[in-house]
Amino acid sequence: MAKLETKIHNITLKNPVMTASGTFGYGEEFADFIDLSRLGGIIVKGTTGERRQGNPYPRMAETPMGMLNAVGLQNVGVGTFCKEVYPRIKGIQTNILVNVSGSSIEEYCSVAEQIDELENIPGIELNISCPNVKKGGMGFGTNPDMAAQVVEAVRRVYHKTLIVKLTPNVTSVVEIAKAVEGAGADSVSLINTLLGMAIDVERQQPYLSTITGGLSGPCVKPVAVRMVWQVAHAVQIPVVGLGGIASAADALEFLMAGAKAVEVGTANFVDPTVTVKIVEGLEDYCLRHKVEDINDIIGII
Amino acid sequence: MKHITDFTIVCRKQLGDHYFALTLRHPSQLPPIAAGQFVEVEVKGNRDVMLRRPISIHDVDPEENTLTLLIQIVGKGTRQLAQLQEGDRLNLIYPLGHGFAIEGQRPLLVGGGAGIAPLLHLAKCYHAKGIRPTILLGGRTKELIPVREAFEPYGQLLIATEDGSLGEKGMVTQHSQFAAPYDHICTCGPTPMMKAVGRYAVENGIGCEVSLENMMACGIGACLCCVTDTDEGHKCVCKEGPVFDALRLKKWMGLE
Repeated sequence: MAKLETKIHNITLKNPVMTASGTFGYGEEFADFIDLSRLGGIIVKGTTGERRQGNPYPRMAETPMGMLNAVGLQNVGVGTFCKEVYPRIKGIQTNILVNVSGSSIEEYCSVAEQIDELENIPGIELNISCPNVKKGGMGFGTNPDMAAQVVEAVRRVYHKTLIVKLTPNVTSVVEIAKAVEGAGADSVSLINTLLGMAIDVERQQPYLSTITGGLSGPCVKPVAVRMVWQVAHAVQIPVVGLGGIASAADALEFLMAGAKAVEVGTANFVDPTVTVKIVEGLEDYCLRHKVEDINDIIGII
Repeated sequence: MKHITDFTIVCRKQLGDHYFALTLRHPSQLPPIAAGQFVEVEVKGNRDVMLRRPISIHDVDPEENTLTLLIQIVGKGTRQLAQLQEGDRLNLIYPLGHGFAIEGQRPLLVGGGAGIAPLLHLAKCYHAKGIRPTILLGGRTKELIPVREAFEPYGQLLIATEDGSLGEKGMVTQHSQFAAPYDHICTCGPTPMMKAVGRYAVENGIGCEVSLENMMACGIGACLCCVTDTDEGHKCVCKEGPVFDALRLKKWMGLE
């Protein structure tokens, strides 16, 4: 059996397959379908300082080979997460990471500080790239100075592995990646959703209550692979790749482009067992191609 | 416990131009399925359809290990599903959501459009408890009420059509038997119909359950796309519903 183990800063993953925030709940939702301990990691849903209701329904629209969402960070808030959710999920035998979101630098820091206290959470993914909130979110992730400021501030209060999730909705994702690397990020993950829009021509109305939303699914994959490749060649810190992964071949594209690990998102909605199929597909690929260590093919392009 | 399984289509029935029914056999013993629960059906063969489609469970036969889906052809996904033939396989995630509570001694079940679907399994569940529900089905025309006879053994069947082509003319809420003294109402159908039925029940102090049909992606409470407004804020229709106590939906019904 090939070695599938990879590392993101101080976090050892038994394999490179993680789940993308907002597509896998708190992991529990998938426990009927798969053995969660087979995964390299689970990134739980975006968590903010206070409970949030998100945007009004409708907040999803299917598009060719993908979907738009405008959920808008609905979540229970960090207090309830620490008190009620964390005790339920802390025993899952994989890396549980929390996606940390906010509207201000103070909120990001406050959430990160509270998550820092949780023994079984080895890292956070700092979400400076949500396109569906009015304040903060992508506002921080589209400007290199703002991105660096929020990462510096969180770096001061958060002591474990800090992954920063980047938005593709910028002219140069490399510029933002370098800025957050300089500000102390341990890793970057990309891409968050692409800002998009769809119109119901019969009703002459946008499909989403927010008009615009985030595009995900197989349709975004080539854009994501390109951005991961560009960033992996420009920074020293490990890159986590995501965007439209639905098979082991998709995951391998990201690994070859330079990602040390991947996140599976929208595909979980179509097949709740897809993550384990991807792990098995990676094993099978290594066998067929006589790859002894998955790290040997990371970044070969 | 939720499952993901390939079923085999053992019967496909076309019901007029707008509806068809698929009876699906499970390879082994079916788990218990509550009335009002639904399945997420995989749609293959159309590149524009990526997501599964949520379809309510119309009927369950635990002896034959089959369940039946009554599907209205409304868009790309259901048009694709309409191509399926007997013998084809269909992948389902099931059983999903919370079903009806089977309450009341004199229940009224009100359905319209594809919302008729879960009411058959529901009527059978009442019947199994020795209760004979009143079943009121509505549609614009009789062609839009695809299933009628199947209900007859399990309750008193009433029909309302807007064009008067079958039963009484008008909306379900205008039917002469709508305001009879029922002690519980279950409803599933078009949103304006469910809001009208729910408001009537709440204003008259009658227990009422409403089965919502919001657009969904995952069906298991992970994506948070299908939310409705409730007394406790946004809740996932797929996980906390699709059946809600009407008292929790006052804001949705315009009563607050």
